[in-house]
Amino acid sequence: MLLLIGVTIVTFTLTNLVPGDPVSAALGEGASQNPATREAFIQARGLDQPFVIQYFLYMGNLFRGDLGTSLVTGRAVTTDLASAVPATVEIALAAIVVSLAVSIVLGTLAAYRRGLVTDQVVRVVTLIGLSVPTFWLALVSFYLFFLQLRIAPGSGRISPSITPPPRVTGFYTIDYLLNGDGVGFVDAAAHLALPVMVLSLVTIGLLTRFIRTSVLEVLASDYVRAARAKGLSGTHVVIDYVLRGASLPILTVVGVAFGALLSGTVLVESVFSWPGLGTYAYNSASNLDLPGIMGVGLVVGVIYLGINFAVDLLYGVLDPRVRLA
Amino acid sequence: MSAERRGDALAAAGWRTRMRWPRAWRSPLGIVGSVIALAWVIVAFTASWWVPFEPNAQVLPRLQEPGIDTLLGTDGTGRDIFSRLMTGATVTIPLALMLVVAAMVIGTVVGAVAGYFGRWVDETLMRLTDLVMAFPTVILAMVIAASLGPSLFNAVIAAIVVSWPQYARVTRSLVLGLRGQNYVIAGRLLGHSPLRSLTVDILPNIIGPVLVLATLDIGAAILLLSGLSFLGLGAQPPTAEWGSMISSAIQNFDAWWLGVFPGLAILTVVAAFNFLGDALRDVLDPTAEVSKENQADRAASATGTPA
Repeated sequence: MLLLIGVTIVTFTLTNLVPGDPVSAALGEGASQNPATREAFIQARGLDQPFVIQYFLYMGNLFRGDLGTSLVTGRAVTTDLASAVPATVEIALAAIVVSLAVSIVLGTLAAYRRGLVTDQVVRVVTLIGLSVPTFWLALVSFYLFFLQLRIAPGSGRISPSITPPPRVTGFYTIDYLLNGDGVGFVDAAAHLALPVMVLSLVTIGLLTRFIRTSVLEVLASDYVRAARAKGLSGTHVVIDYVLRGASLPILTVVGVAFGALLSGTVLVESVFSWPGLGTYAYNSASNLDLPGIMGVGLVVGVIYLGINFAVDLLYGVLDPRVRLA
Repeated sequence: MSAERRGDALAAAGWRTRMRWPRAWRSPLGIVGSVIALAWVIVAFTASWWVPFEPNAQVLPRLQEPGIDTLLGTDGTGRDIFSRLMTGATVTIPLALMLVVAAMVIGTVVGAVAGYFGRWVDETLMRLTDLVMAFPTVILAMVIAASLGPSLFNAVIAAIVVSWPQYARVTRSLVLGLRGQNYVIAGRLLGHSPLRSLTVDILPNIIGPVLVLATLDIGAAILLLSGLSFLGLGAQPPTAEWGSMISSAIQNFDAWWLGVFPGLAILTVVAAFNFLGDALRDVLDPTAEVSKENQADRAASATGTPA
């Protein structure tokens, strides 16, 4: 909660950090020439008020859902963000599921084969995964799989010939399923595949290395040795003892990985013309649309806090000791 | 006399650290990483003397494919990609090194002060780091760079602002662990000032993990800087910078060589520093790996019961 207020203070301070004239920065050069418009804007934003009062005015506007007007789209930033958030959350959730699945396998494998060839290969591959510039990988894979090999569908969330599903959750894949539209679902899922693959690579690098360390620690514990001594099968030990024991640290790092994913979307989405927060941020940033950028910063900050809060709650579910505290 | 003693202490600490350094070069990863990183650093400091073409000169035929005349082809305005790529190193690498050092110094000082003095100083400083870490790095850097105005300098400032908290956290937890050690308390009883205590007694014991973090952070810094430039918030045209070169390649999808090579440049530099940092971590940061006893233990049990 305190951090939530902190996040608003950060975005507010940054909004006021703008060198030069905040009025023309927010309204654009043309509109700010008109004295009446200027006066109205200064009144509405309370720019003639002291700093602290300005902050409360900002918070007031925030609670009314007013983040200003985007210079690029000409619409209210909140309207733009409302349609962009589900697109990004859909991609990020899909990517976290994919990368968790891959890195649990890779990380456990590396830990079991510690010091052997498998471990070394996993180490090099994950290090390279952490070193790839995601926006470049997006570009190369789009070029390769779409323009050259023609096995990936084009840009966007669905093909132009297909109508979007009725909005229930805002996640196209789920909305199509709820609507019983198989063709739509396949199309939406196919469009999701390439961006998710690109985004997952970085988080796979992050998660695999962490899972390897956690699994190594658990493997050295007495209860795993006891389980083995009882003669339980290898897979039984891995799933019920090792991974269960390692689940808490893994959960913590998933929160961190989600932050990396949200950062990644900003750089990746624009390449695939995915109409989410990332493309919106890219367009706002390259046109210096400050209300748009601040809106993205605020929303992403809040999503990130929400995820880490959810992680804390899940901690209580998985670990009875936390519930007592 | 005291100066002499401090010299001895620092020399001893330096010797300890130096003795462990070369071991990083025994692993293949460390060797590969060092060689590539060194090569790029040499390019970064010498490229301006030997690149075949002036990086911003639009003197060649447009969109030429890679070949004999132009090693990596030319871009949409007839500039030599190879020359721009090498010049890009002179922009990115020194800036990335500078920003990592700056973030490391700021973060270490903040973390050490917070951990050493504790109480309200600790509370205040750590809440501040929490606040910065409440945002995903690229997002916060983007917001800061945008509000300062798009330029390479402002991108570096933004990158420093988002990078220092990790050093502060690591340093703080290390200092918290060392603060209660008997030798540190003994130093304080001998009359060491807080500054002396921190630099002479504590610093030599935290420098290893912090340096590992810094080496691994160089790659992240390069990725962040080129990412900001890709968004149009870093280097401005016509500066030859890798991120903005990739960004402009989006307009010319058919000319694959525009985007592929700058990306490979970023990939190799970042991977080199990550390899090096990873190898360094194995030898300098004893906390990062399961202890040697455990390892031997496991080896013994593994031979006993095949998993």
